[in-house]
Amino acid sequence: MSDKHAIQLTVNGVPYDVTVDQSQNLSGALRNGTGLTGTKEGCDDCECGACMVLLDGSPVNSCSYLAVQAQGRDITTVEGLADGDDLHPLQRNILEHGGVQCGFCTPGMLMSARALLDRNASPSNEEIRIGLSGNLCRCTGYARILEAVEATAVEL
Amino acid sequence: MSFTIATSLDEALASIAAGARPIAGGSDLVVGARQGKFALPAELVAIDRIESLATIDVGADETSIGSGVTHSRLMEDGVIVDNFTAIADAAALVGSPSTRNVGTIGGNVMNSSPAMDTGAPLVVLGAEAELTTSSGSRRVGLDELWTGPGQHSAAGNELCTALVLPNRPAHSGSAYVRLEYRRAMEIAVVGAAAAVTLDGDNIASIRVALTAVAPTIIEVAGLDSLVGRPLDDASLAEIAEAASGQATPISDLRASDTYRRHTIGVMARRAAEAAANRASGETIAVPVNRALGIGAAS
Repeated sequence: MSDKHAIQLTVNGVPYDVTVDQSQNLSGALRNGTGLTGTKEGCDDCECGACMVLLDGSPVNSCSYLAVQAQGRDITTVEGLADGDDLHPLQRNILEHGGVQCGFCTPGMLMSARALLDRNASPSNEEIRIGLSGNLCRCTGYARILEAVEATAVEL
Repeated sequence: MSFTIATSLDEALASIAAGARPIAGGSDLVVGARQGKFALPAELVAIDRIESLATIDVGADETSIGSGVTHSRLMEDGVIVDNFTAIADAAALVGSPSTRNVGTIGGNVMNSSPAMDTGAPLVVLGAEAELTTSSGSRRVGLDELWTGPGQHSAAGNELCTALVLPNRPAHSGSAYVRLEYRRAMEIAVVGAAAAVTLDGDNIASIRVALTAVAPTIIEVAGLDSLVGRPLDDASLAEIAEAASGQATPISDLRASDTYRRHTIGVMARRAAEAAANRASGETIAVPVNRALGIGAAS
């Protein structure tokens, strides 16, 4: 039997038909199969969180999740946050608070923060730290990212 | 090559009987394959959408935790937090939210790492693994299941379908304490779980098990002499001494054998004390590591 699988991924509410190897990770399928390159690949080892997407609303490391296993799930990527040209409040706040320098970790940070706020509308500082504990940043530092999430929680 | 998403246990067992390997969250299997530790199995069956594996069933005498229950659920589920608290302590320390969302207790048990966090809690709470094939189920004690680092005694056609625990008597408490250098994305340097039942101020029963100090999770032997005594400094010192004495740790990147042998005694003592405090009715939030201030301060 062929190693290729013709599958459908539902990303930000839109169905995409993609053909993947059985071992293809979800992040690669998203980046190369759907053209949605907002999801980043960093460590490829489930450590850094740059690849974070939401599967049925819960954050998952897409670098270490098989694309074939994501069939039938609702996948949300960073491209699904904004409403047209209107940034999601998390995106606007992370800009306004200076929570972005190189930006590589930002899509993953935003997805973890989104999942956190969907579950817990007014998280404590400690709860935000836990919510973002699977996301590494190596240039901005975490203080301003935490401020942006706190500001969004107040706003929403 | 094949990849099947099973929606029933029978379907999964048939695939496994035909040679497929089960995958739940893939947090060990996919990560290991991508690291080059082994090839991703050619035949895979996804078991994460089988509803019957994702249940926690409380019976008159036993509680059955489906193998597909995630760490995210274990750390917050009322049955687990109230009655089998050490499991919740452990689940809350695993990886990060995203790891806990996909990682399951069945995967943790069958990966058979001596550093697994839910293992020592399951041992002290008397859990057995339910192993199922198309022709039936059997139960096996965890000491019999785990045979070495990453090795277990289950047959290739057996799927771990549940962890079954005896319900706890009144005045019982449990805790899992882990030595960690950071508060997320961490693997146990060492860890200890304890389950205590009190009769007044005295110990009616006590079990302690150790993480990452031997080829498998091990239970501390010889603690029966503590029964009938209070869990005072002398008892705690005996627990610490027994834990350190029975540990056979390795030296690696994360710690030396000497350091592990010392700190496992400290962790065992703290776990026993927290378990006893919970048994006496004190509420200590999950994970107990935070109350104890273990891990880098925020």
